[in-house]
Amino acid sequence: MAARKSRIEMPVQDPTARASNFEQVALGYTEKMALEEASRCLGCKKPLCVQGCPVSVNIPGFIKLIKEQKYQDAINVVKSTNNLPAVCGRVCPQEAQCESKCVLGRRGQPVAIGRLERFVADWELEHGTPEVPEVEPNGKKVAVVGAGPSGLTCAGDLAKLGYDVTIFESLHEPGGVLIYGIPEFRLPKDVVRKEVNYVRNLGVKIETSFIIGRTTTIDELFDDGFHAVFIGSGAGLPMFMHIPGENLNGVYSANEYLTRINLMKAYLFPEHDTPIVSGKKVAVVGAGNVAMDSVRCALRLGADKAMIVYRRGREEMPARAEEIHHAEEEGVEFHLLTNPVRILGDEKGWVKGMECIKMELGEPDKSGRRRPVPIPGSEFVLDVDTVIMSLGTSPNPILVQTTDGLGAHKWGGLKTHEETGRTTKPGVWAGGDAVTGSATVILAMGAGKAAAQDIHEYLESGSTDW
Amino acid sequence: MNQILKKRVLTPVTKEIVVSAPHIARKAQPGQFVILRVSEQGERIPLTIADYNREEGTITLVYQEVGFTTKLLGKLEPNDTIMDLAGPLGLPAELPEKGCVVAVGGGVGVAPLLPKCKELHKRGVNLISIVGARSSDLIILEQEVKECSDELCICTDDGSRGFHGFVSDKLKQMLENGLKPDEVVAIGPMPMMKATCNVTREYGIKTWVSMNPIMVDGTGMCGACRVTVAGETKFACVDGPMFDGHLVDWDEAWRRANTYREQEKCANERCRCGGEH
Repeated sequence: MAARKSRIEMPVQDPTARASNFEQVALGYTEKMALEEASRCLGCKKPLCVQGCPVSVNIPGFIKLIKEQKYQDAINVVKSTNNLPAVCGRVCPQEAQCESKCVLGRRGQPVAIGRLERFVADWELEHGTPEVPEVEPNGKKVAVVGAGPSGLTCAGDLAKLGYDVTIFESLHEPGGVLIYGIPEFRLPKDVVRKEVNYVRNLGVKIETSFIIGRTTTIDELFDDGFHAVFIGSGAGLPMFMHIPGENLNGVYSANEYLTRINLMKAYLFPEHDTPIVSGKKVAVVGAGNVAMDSVRCALRLGADKAMIVYRRGREEMPARAEEIHHAEEEGVEFHLLTNPVRILGDEKGWVKGMECIKMELGEPDKSGRRRPVPIPGSEFVLDVDTVIMSLGTSPNPILVQTTDGLGAHKWGGLKTHEETGRTTKPGVWAGGDAVTGSATVILAMGAGKAAAQDIHEYLESGSTDW
Repeated sequence: MNQILKKRVLTPVTKEIVVSAPHIARKAQPGQFVILRVSEQGERIPLTIADYNREEGTITLVYQEVGFTTKLLGKLEPNDTIMDLAGPLGLPAELPEKGCVVAVGGGVGVAPLLPKCKELHKRGVNLISIVGARSSDLIILEQEVKECSDELCICTDDGSRGFHGFVSDKLKQMLENGLKPDEVVAIGPMPMMKATCNVTREYGIKTWVSMNPIMVDGTGMCGACRVTVAGETKFACVDGPMFDGHLVDWDEAWRRANTYREQEKCANERCRCGGEH
C-alpha cells in the first residue's frame, strides 16, 4: 500500500475559543492518529531525518516501535538521546530540522515527526513509568549554570554517565525559557515540571534562587570541588529601540511581559500576587517566536486589538510559520513594513499611541534579508495603550564580569569552540543563548549535549590540554 | 535555609528580621539587595540588605508593611522560613575612603543606609548622619546609626522630636552654615531623595541615592527596573541600585513606581479581608 501523501492533521482548540484562554492550542494525536501517521514512515536504512536533529534522536527507530504499539519502548529510544521529549515535540521547529530532510517531503508532506515525538512523550507522562537507567557513580562533580534547555540536557547526559551534577538556577523555579518564556497554551508548565523531574530522577540536583556570579563565582565552584562547569545562562538582557517614550508606563520588554504571565502567573491575578497591565490595544514590536507568544498572550489577557508591528515583510518574519498561522487565526493584526519612531504618552505618563513610519525593502543586508528603508513622509500614529518590545536580547554580563579568563564577543556572547562548547577558560564549557544570542530550544539542547560529551571525554582523559 | 532567626518590631509598620542565609551573607556588600518570595502564589520583591554577619551566616532585612507581599512577610515569625531568597544582587555601593560624608535617611530608608554608615565609619570617614521620619515614633535604628556616626541629627516632619522639618531642610541648613561634605548618601522615599538632590545640586556635592524600582527577576533579564540616568536607560538591578542622584529622572521614576497602583489597591483590599493564601 502506498503511503498517503499528506500527514494526519493534529486537532487544535477552536481559534475563537482559545483566543481567550490559556489552555493548550494544539491538542496532540490520539493513538489512532499516531498509528496512522507512523505508518507513513518508510523506515529508511540511511535516515536523513536523524541528520536534521540537533540531538540525533533515532527517529525511524522510535516510529517503528509506535507502529508496533510498543509506546514505552518508543519513548525509551527517544529519551536515550533527548532528555526533554514532551518539550521538543511541542516547540521544536521540526519543519526546518528533521522533517525538512524526510524523503516523503519530496513528493508530499514529510512524516509528522514532532507530533509523533509528542505523542509518545505524552503517553509516558500519562500512562508510563519513566525508566531511569542504573548508573555507577564515577565520583566526579560537574556544575551547570542555569536550568534551561541547554543546562538540563547537559546535566541529564552527564548524570547518565555517572557524574554528580548540580544545576544552579537564578529563578525560583527550574526550566529557564520553558518556564518563564513560552506560554502555557504552547507548552503547559505541568509538562515542563514532569520533564524537569525526569532530569532530577537521573540524579541531578537543582539549587534554585542561586545566582552564579553573585551568590558564588565560577572560580569558587572549582574551589568547592567541581571538576567542570557548563554555562547555560540563557538569553540575558532585553534590547530596546532607544526611541523616545520607551520608558512610559505600559511599555514592556517581551521578557518582562512573558515572565509576569508565565513564571509569575499574572493572568491569574489576584489569586496570584503579580500584577500586569492588560491593555486593550496592544502592539508587539518584532516578529519572532517570542513576539508571537507575546501578542497571543495579549489577546488572552483581553486585548480588543493585538498587533504585530514589524519593519520587514511577511517573508522575513523569523517566527515559525505555524506560530504566525495560529496568531492570524486568533485575530492578531499584522502591521508589516512598519517601524516605530516614538511612543506617545498622555499627561499621566501612560502610553496613548505609537508613531510609526512605513518602510520599503531595499538591497539585501548582511543577514541576506532585504534591508527595510523608511519611506519619507509616511509617518502615522497607531492607536495603542500598551507596547511590548520583542527585539531580542544580549547576554547577561554578570558571569563575564565576575569570572577571570572567560572571554566574550563584543556583542556579549561567550566565545566558545563551535563543536565542543569549550570557552576560553579551562574547565568551563558553554552553550545555548549565552553563546549564540536568541535562538531555539533545540539548538540550546544540542549545544548542551555536545558539551556533555566533551566534558566526559576531557575528564576521562585526565588531560589538562585545553 | 532562609529561616527567620529573630524578629524585632521597629515601629507599628516596620519590622526587622534576621534570616539564616549563609551563601548570601558570605558575599553581601553595602548597597546590595535580595529578591524574595513569600508564598507559592507570591510576587518577587526586592529588599535592600540592611546588615549581614558572615560568621553567623545571617542577613538582616528591614521592611515597611506597605504592600501585599510585605504584609505577608510581616506575618512570618522566628522559625518560619522565607520560601525563596536570592542574592546578593546589584552592584556594591562606591563609598569614599576618606573625607566627610553626610548620610541622609528617611523613614524605612534608614535601614539600607545603615550598612553604608558602618562601612564609612570603618574606613575612618567623618560621618554626619541625618535621620528623619514623619513623627518620633517612626524613627528607626537610631542607636545603630549613632554608634557609627560622628554626629547625628534627628528630624521629624511634625516636630515631635529634634529638628522640625524634612531631612533635606536640615541638610540645607547645615550647608548654609558652612558644612562642606565631600559626598552625600541619601536613601528613603523618592520625594525625599529628590528633595535632597535639589539641595546638594546648588552646592555641587556628589549625591548617591538608592533606587528601589519595581523588579521581577532582579538579574537583568526583564528590564522592569528601567531608570533614566543622565539621559540613558539603566537597569537598577544590574547597573545600580546606587546612582548619582543629580542625574536621575525623578519624575519618570516616580511615575513608573506607580504603574500597578490600581492592582495594589485590589491586593491590599484582599489582605485586609484576611484573604491571603
